Amino acid sequence: MTDTAPAAGSVRRLAGALYRRPRLQLSLLLSAPLAWLVLAYLGSLTVLFLSAFWTTDSFTSNVVKIWNADNFTALLTTDVYRQVALRSVGVALAVTALCILIAFPIAFYTARIASPRRRPLLVVAILTPLWASYLVKAYAWRLILAQGGLLDWVLGPLGIKGPGYGLTATILVLTYLWLPYMILPIHAGLEQLPVSLLDASADLGARTGRTFRSVVLPMILPSVAAGSVFTFSLSLGDYIAVQIVGGKTQLIGNIIYSNITLDLPLAAALGTVPVVIIVLYLLAVRRTGALSSL
Amino acid sequence: MEGMAVRLQNLRKSFGRTEAVAGVDLEIADGEFFSMLGPSGSGKTTVLRMIAGFEAPTGGTIELGGADVTRRAPFERDVHTVFQDYALFPHMTLEQNVAYSLKVRKVPKAERLARAREALASVRLEDFGTRRPAQLSGGQRQRVALARALVGRPKVLLLDEPLGALDLKLREQMQVELKAIQRDTGITFVFVTHDQEEALTMSDRIAVFNKGRIEQVGTPAQIYERPATPFVAGFVGTSNLLTGDAAEQVVGDRATYSVRPEKIHVLKESAAAEPEHDSATGTVAEVVYLGGATRFLVDLDAGGRLTALQQNLETSSEDVAALRGSRVRLQWHRRHNFPVPHDPSTHDPSTEGPLAKDPAHT
Repeated sequence: MTDTAPAAGSVRRLAGALYRRPRLQLSLLLSAPLAWLVLAYLGSLTVLFLSAFWTTDSFTSNVVKIWNADNFTALLTTDVYRQVALRSVGVALAVTALCILIAFPIAFYTARIASPRRRPLLVVAILTPLWASYLVKAYAWRLILAQGGLLDWVLGPLGIKGPGYGLTATILVLTYLWLPYMILPIHAGLEQLPVSLLDASADLGARTGRTFRSVVLPMILPSVAAGSVFTFSLSLGDYIAVQIVGGKTQLIGNIIYSNITLDLPLAAALGTVPVVIIVLYLLAVRRTGALSSL
Repeated sequence: MEGMAVRLQNLRKSFGRTEAVAGVDLEIADGEFFSMLGPSGSGKTTVLRMIAGFEAPTGGTIELGGADVTRRAPFERDVHTVFQDYALFPHMTLEQNVAYSLKVRKVPKAERLARAREALASVRLEDFGTRRPAQLSGGQRQRVALARALVGRPKVLLLDEPLGALDLKLREQMQVELKAIQRDTGITFVFVTHDQEEALTMSDRIAVFNKGRIEQVGTPAQIYERPATPFVAGFVGTSNLLTGDAAEQVVGDRATYSVRPEKIHVLKESAAAEPEHDSATGTVAEVVYLGGATRFLVDLDAGGRLTALQQNLETSSEDVAALRGSRVRLQWHRRHNFPVPHDPSTHDPSTEGPLAKDPAHT
């Protein structure tokens, strides 16, 4: 004991006791969020999955708690559902691909060409659309895409008509909505790319295109994969954009939505489809090493 | 001009308002080991980056092998660079890294693999070809960077402080190796360093940079024995300046003279002066035992302070410590006095930077 030993107040004693028991400290830190995660998050997913095995009284639309796998059989055997699932994956992939194509040059500018002083401003500018309501943005696009709307008016002199409402419009709007989620990870990845690697590639004789293919792209791939997790899963789960600008297009999201009041168990079974697809997608992405750098 | 690997004429570079390179003229001969020496911020790395093509000059011209390349992109110049941070591609194996320049030039796969392996063998890393840079030590990465830059047989190899990140032993080993590689390949090496000892050890010629300009170009001996400016005298080796009264009393001329520490003998005060020698008495202010040698800081009776370096042929560290405060006579041959031209624009660097070291301090 030295003279500098602090007076042993009760709070201090408790802190000392906790300091000596790191496990207790950890459990105090994590118990509340873990409870939330298990009960609210996994719990609801479990309920969803279980309710998919119930059926519905086709007259009253009431849920009948009889266990069977009819809903899943229907999903797998009915052509419409398979087509919708495939179409949804196709839309999600198309949106992801478009986002990558658009995000790359923007992120390259914000991360490498723009002066370091202006970079934070540009990042804020990229994030700004996220502050506006999703619904408002989707409706704005409804106006743009309407027959005789802004897009038709702009394209008119060129002799082209806008796509109108439908699949193309849905892809367009989803790309617009999720683009920031792709720009940000690519921006972060490009910002961390050492300049000397680009110098070295040019120094060893590589033109810009070769440097991009052989150095930039492989090194930025984890960032692209991380961004694609967002764009892919957000697109796959979306049901509002397709309702607003999709015309008659059916995607998993809006089929689930329209079944919720009519046939909840079927909606639940449909709801497991994107979950399964996204798990498969994450497994594929993991192979690129993207998740280890998150 | 024939036989010139690199020729810079009035080369300038400004970053905003700061002038990093303020008019550099330089000719580097074919097959030369040429060093650009200077403190950080002296413009030597910027000159190197302009030769490589990473920075566009604000003014002046760059010629490589007689051709004006001032406006050419890096990939249009026959030079390769060894970067300070090595800049190895982390997603490629060592073989892929080394073969990169060959692949870019569409050398057939079998040939480029063979040449990459040969290059790796020349830096004693033949067994590491399938590893990635992250699995190597600093010294190994350095050698891969060297192999990668050499495999394409460039006319000129640029080295940007390549040994800066290595520890002392490895650095000394690499100095010898680099020199041997340069001799064997006959490639012109342009070597940037802030370490004066490194420059003196390896170079055929040295350019000393200060504030964006070249202070002196010459062989290591010229730079060390006959520095052209007080800056060079101070930056390369310890500047031992005799000025004013001290110079008048000791040398007999009221000017600025410099003597290298290892030329000065430390004798007993009573020792007789030899002919052709200058000498001065003084008190030992500080003694530093360096293992192989001892450094004496002596306050002269005539004013000023000189540093003397003595080999520890028989003395031990205990003997040396006892000498502090004792009276001594410093003596050196007259031919080791060299007058230092006074240049009011450059003040004595030995007082401003930690980089001025005497050569025995390693």
